[in-house]
Amino acid sequence: MIRKSANEMAASLASGEVTSVELTKAHFARIEEVDVKVRAFLHLDTEGALASASVIDERRKKGEELPPLAGVPLALKDVLVQKNVPTTCGSKILQGWRPPYDATVVKNLKKNGVVILGKTNMDEFAMGSSTENSAFHPTHNPWDLTRIPGGSGGGSSAAISSFEAPLAIGTDTGGSIRQPAAVTGTVGVKPTYGGVSRYGLVAFSSSLDQAGPCARTVLDAALLHEAIAGHDEKDSTSIDAPVPKVVEAARRGDVKGVRIGVIKELQGEGYQAGVLERFQESLDILSGLGAEIVEVSCPSFDYALPAYYLIAPSECSSNLARFDAMRFGLRVGEGSAEEVMNATREAGFGREVKRRIILGTYALSSGYYDAYYGSAQKVRTLIKNDFEKAFLSADVLVSPTAPTTAFKIGEKSDDPLAMYLNDIATIPVNLAGICAISIPSGLAKEDSLPAGFQVMAPAMADDRLYNVGAALERELLAKWSKPLLDFAPELA
Amino acid sequence: MAMKYDQVVSAFDPVLGLEVHVELGTKSKMFCGCATLFGAEPNTQVCPVCLGLPGSLPVVNRKAIEYTIAIGLALNCSIAPYSRFARKNYFYPDMPKNFQTSQYDEPICKNGYLDLEVETEDGIKEFRVDIERVHMEEDTGKSLHVGGATGRIHGADYSLLDYNRAGIPLVEIVTKTIEGTGKYAPLVAKAYVKELRDILRSLGVSDVKMEQGSLRCDANVSLRPMGEKKLGTRSETKNVNSLRSVERAVRAEMIRHAGILETGGKVKQETRHFHENTGETTAGRSKEQAEDYRYFQEPDLIPIAPADSWIDEIRKNLPERPSERRKRLQSAWSVPDKEMAAMVNADVLDLVAETVELGADPTKARGWWLGEIARIANENEKWAGELPISPVNVKELIDLINAGELTDKLARQVVEGVINGEGSPKEVVAQRGFKVVSDDTALMEAIERAITTQPDVADKVRNGHIPAAGALIGAVMKDTKGQADAAKVRSLLLKHLGQSE
Repeated sequence: MIRKSANEMAASLASGEVTSVELTKAHFARIEEVDVKVRAFLHLDTEGALASASVIDERRKKGEELPPLAGVPLALKDVLVQKNVPTTCGSKILQGWRPPYDATVVKNLKKNGVVILGKTNMDEFAMGSSTENSAFHPTHNPWDLTRIPGGSGGGSSAAISSFEAPLAIGTDTGGSIRQPAAVTGTVGVKPTYGGVSRYGLVAFSSSLDQAGPCARTVLDAALLHEAIAGHDEKDSTSIDAPVPKVVEAARRGDVKGVRIGVIKELQGEGYQAGVLERFQESLDILSGLGAEIVEVSCPSFDYALPAYYLIAPSECSSNLARFDAMRFGLRVGEGSAEEVMNATREAGFGREVKRRIILGTYALSSGYYDAYYGSAQKVRTLIKNDFEKAFLSADVLVSPTAPTTAFKIGEKSDDPLAMYLNDIATIPVNLAGICAISIPSGLAKEDSLPAGFQVMAPAMADDRLYNVGAALERELLAKWSKPLLDFAPELA
Repeated sequence: MAMKYDQVVSAFDPVLGLEVHVELGTKSKMFCGCATLFGAEPNTQVCPVCLGLPGSLPVVNRKAIEYTIAIGLALNCSIAPYSRFARKNYFYPDMPKNFQTSQYDEPICKNGYLDLEVETEDGIKEFRVDIERVHMEEDTGKSLHVGGATGRIHGADYSLLDYNRAGIPLVEIVTKTIEGTGKYAPLVAKAYVKELRDILRSLGVSDVKMEQGSLRCDANVSLRPMGEKKLGTRSETKNVNSLRSVERAVRAEMIRHAGILETGGKVKQETRHFHENTGETTAGRSKEQAEDYRYFQEPDLIPIAPADSWIDEIRKNLPERPSERRKRLQSAWSVPDKEMAAMVNADVLDLVAETVELGADPTKARGWWLGEIARIANENEKWAGELPISPVNVKELIDLINAGELTDKLARQVVEGVINGEGSPKEVVAQRGFKVVSDDTALMEAIERAITTQPDVADKVRNGHIPAAGALIGAVMKDTKGQADAAKVRSLLLKHLGQSE
């Protein structure tokens, strides 16, 4: 049962073949069995999950009509607050904090009857591409436990790829949903900025952060997408428009006549040969299905990475100022308020977080603002313009999701620049506020590890991602004759 | 050696800049739905947003924008079709997010002015103060530092934090440099804050109570030698919290600056605190380096783009300008300039107007508010409006006098009773047993008694020496415990002694 898709589980629940309590228990058993190796979770809410599962079972027994995902378990990235459940953001500074409120995403999940199993590991405050920056422990890639599961949402993608949960929520500031999806052979979507409420998502970089679905199939991702998306008056940047019809698109999967633009700047140097090979294969499949392949150029993408590493740290230097020991979380040291603040921040934040706070503080300071933050904002406009232009000649744009497959734990921890380069293909999407999906494109020949195929669409055209993704997924599944995850080694 | 004020203004040309912070009277906070009641139990009007809990997000209070636009329009500003919030970053324990959501380079209102009529020893002088900007921001929480000598954060044993005030909408109104006021600078500063306060009150956007901090003024003062164009170094006196203090603080700073400049010294650019008891300012905690607030656009909020139709609607609903209202009332009540100025200075114009609206005679209403009530207010170092006596009470009092049920003298005691909390004028009259003796028989008996005890005075009156009657009238009033109508006693007495006025 745990290897089924969320959609299949929902069907089994609806038919009475299995109860939500049974399904939830099965996942907890799997977690108990394999999470000592994978370490995807930071906190399990066994009691809460079973309680909500039994509520769903009761309601179903009474004959109530339930939402599509009612009773299906899910793993929640520990950057979203859940009332009375520990929320750490992978940081010591929040150790022991139990939020007094639910994030809108969590509210929506509860409203949809989704059972939240627990909170997943992540790079501290979502800063990283490997989940090694978690203050608690690294998470291991189920494909090869010596490798990283991607980041920052490595816990969420490791949980679904190791069958600890069929669904997970991630957040994507520069690729934190898509890159982990790519390196674990799963599906991850960064919805349009403003498509999913950020209320209750602990901010790393407010203008870039976006929560989204992680799943094993395109349809599962679409079902979860519909459950969490929509306008929220508590988030001023939330878009007041109907949610794009993503489930319908995921069921359609028809790319005949769809114009697919290959971004010239997102391939070639720096990309692993096996990753590029899988990318080309997917393109050929789509072309064979009747899609029109065109090449587009986005010259300003060369500046995306530096712009991102000015904007995101700048916003984070301000967003993380509130972690000051005054009202919640860790408090260390004695003496004046200032001394306690300093001691707490010194002890509570990890190296990468401090690095980015310092970087951002510098980029915003007077005398440097124009050269750094100001210029980065201009680059952002150029990137938006590049996308707009590209979308004139293509309905969706594509690239490999990450330039390489999963690297070894520890391999890049002393080289932040090499680490940052892993997000080169995912970052432009966040800077432009548009949407993108990563779907598994197969295994790279040199290391037999999963690679990801990224599809990008204009803002609020999220349905296009699912349409193209579903078509490709169907063809690849036929080619492999079984789901990609079935090629992964047994963990138990 | 401090210079005399007239020496200061003959040698130096003062330049002012005034920043006024106003707490808006919205029911909810700037970025969340929490209540804004003053004086609630600490930390009872808070939520994840105004506590800055991780994950929370601000949503702009539409009413606060409406109020700010109204202020901008009343101050003749242009309203920006597009403005943004920014973050002002600095660490302070009572600031939940460690940044203040404010407006920086894109304020909502710009380039206005306020015309003032300033009462000086040389008569009424007119000045125009140019307004640079009006912008929105949020208030911080409040710290209470316990222990230590100064009540400041340094040296305190521990600090208590109350976040009820955190997130209350604030509007900051900043003037351009105010030049050419010369010796009238302190008066202009005071008149500006007063006129601004009256406008804000008439708009109903704030309770503008300086003593509670809902209106606070920072006064920037600099001096330059006469004829010099270049501005001198300024000092900023923070949080001056009464109109009188605004005037005194500016004057004190002018004298202090002049003393430094006169001896070849340099004025330090710093913040100062004004002390009401000494009338002097002292330096605030000096910062070793200039504060860098690292302003940047608030990414959690979308730009404010008020529709023209909304601005027009706010403009249409603006109340009468206080200066125009004053002119209208003065002519309606036929009040001489001096009396009008007295009402304005004592800040009782609104109270008189309300009393008149209730149907009282303007002259009488003015008489009470400027007379007995103002006297008691003065005695208690309060403003008449703060005393527990209302226009309704005063109207009732005047009615009682008109009906002959109270004498002026008794009425003054009634005012005292009302202020003491003894109830409405009628209730005070009943409780204190005041009753005008208007019964002729009773009065005649008292008059007879007075004549009997002072026969020689009575004779003087009989012989036509009318002023002597005062002693007899006084005796009658004493006899009737002040409850007789003195005018009536006088006419009865004169008639009885065969005289007339």
